[in-house]
Amino acid sequence: MRAKYVLSEVLVGLWRNVTMTIAMIVTMAVSLAMLGASLLLYFQVSDMEEYYYTKLEVSIFFDKDAAQPAIDAIRVEIENDPLIAGFEFETQEKAYERFREMFKEAPDLVNAAQPESLPASFRVKPVDPDNSQVLIEKYKGKEGVANVVDQRKVLEKIFEIFGGMQKLALVIAIVQGLAALLLVANTIQVAAFSKRREVAIMKLVGASNWFVQAPFVLEAVFAGVIGAIMAYLTLIGVKIFIIDGTFKSLFQSTVLTPIPWSNVHLMFPILAGIAGVVSAVTGWITLRFQIKV
Amino acid sequence: MTKKYARASRPSIEDINVSIDKGEFVFFIGPTGAGKSTIIKLLLREETPDKGKIWVNDKEVVGMRSWRVPAFRRSLGCVFQDFRLLPTRTAAENVAFALEVIGKSKAVARRVVPEVLELVGLGGKEHRYPHELSGGEQQRVAIARAFVNRPLVLLADEPTGNLDPDTSVEIMRLLDRINRTGTTIVMVTHDSNIVNQMRRRVIEMEGGHVVRDQSRGVYG
Repeated sequence: MRAKYVLSEVLVGLWRNVTMTIAMIVTMAVSLAMLGASLLLYFQVSDMEEYYYTKLEVSIFFDKDAAQPAIDAIRVEIENDPLIAGFEFETQEKAYERFREMFKEAPDLVNAAQPESLPASFRVKPVDPDNSQVLIEKYKGKEGVANVVDQRKVLEKIFEIFGGMQKLALVIAIVQGLAALLLVANTIQVAAFSKRREVAIMKLVGASNWFVQAPFVLEAVFAGVIGAIMAYLTLIGVKIFIIDGTFKSLFQSTVLTPIPWSNVHLMFPILAGIAGVVSAVTGWITLRFQIKV
Repeated sequence: MTKKYARASRPSIEDINVSIDKGEFVFFIGPTGAGKSTIIKLLLREETPDKGKIWVNDKEVVGMRSWRVPAFRRSLGCVFQDFRLLPTRTAAENVAFALEVIGKSKAVARRVVPEVLELVGLGGKEHRYPHELSGGEQQRVAIARAFVNRPLVLLADEPTGNLDPDTSVEIMRLLDRINRTGTTIVMVTHDSNIVNQMRRRVIEMEGGHVVRDQSRGVYG
């Protein structure tokens, strides 16, 4: 009986103020979607860090016409270098094969390239990826060496972009979240005002505090959870239509690790939990000011 | 039952010490601003005094933790000059509301509500809305709501203030009947006719002080 009473109070309360309810839910959904996106980006960056930092390489590229003795000299040096854990030699032919594979969707580019136009290189794995700068300095000026590139530098650029996006999403989430909280507070004030007679009588006849407050707090929680569901659906939509759709090739290339479904699904309990708790606390605090015992 | 105001020094009430026994019928009278209504608020613990203690039903009210207040209020009933009924609920629903919100089951409400409405003389009008009832009938609904939990004390703040003399007399008969069931009644009024007719204990207040405390007293 009690549960039914409380539930019907919640639905009636939300319907009474339906435009405000919609505004509250939409704002909350935007905030939560941004929070979810921010979290996904955060997971993504740490996934990628884990994925790449274990196989980070420093590439030592040779001049296209580098002489074999120069290459051999460097090979000897690398073999005896205590800073290097392992290495692999990529001939011009191998480099060409990889190039062809990488750009197979752009046949004109592949046709224009020749094995001779690509540099041979050593793919060197440092013992400690943080020490790569020392290796770069060491091999940069050697005879026949065109350039030494740390993959980490390239990755750090990507991480920076991701980090920036994550921060932006987080800022939007916070601003929208504050707006949503104000709307929650306002909705509860309106609800408490429109039910002030009932509340006064409830208190007079000795209804317990939770019984007086529960419908209002649950109204906020209900709206929060609906907002979380909408945010979750938005994230699913982004995953299906944008990440696996428009930017499919980008995420399937070697540069970006894919965003797994498990992470997307993980967002629902997180967002619903945050929305529910934050709404409940906001509602409860609002009521402390609104309904005195 | 004892109630003591040892020096509750809100400006409206000062240095009052009154004790009311179980089953008594007490009028608080006096001019506007004498502090009569403050007494009701203090007894309900809507307000607390700056100094002093209050006992209601052997419970000390002033130091009571706020989470205990709802349970305490279930031992009280209260009616007001303005009835305070819910306009969107029928007479029976108004009474049932008081039961439902303190967690009583629908079955209890179905059994008890018609009984108490019959008791206050509203048999047959259970399904009328407040605007379909006269003032006296609305006050009967309010009394039914206050009495439905069988409180030990019924507080009445000018219950006849909005009613004509004949209707007032009927309401007083009802309160008297409730008093005979053993319920203590504390009534604030400035209706001299009623006080004179009832010949019950009268506590007269003026400027926050008790100026007269007389059993079987009259208004003047």
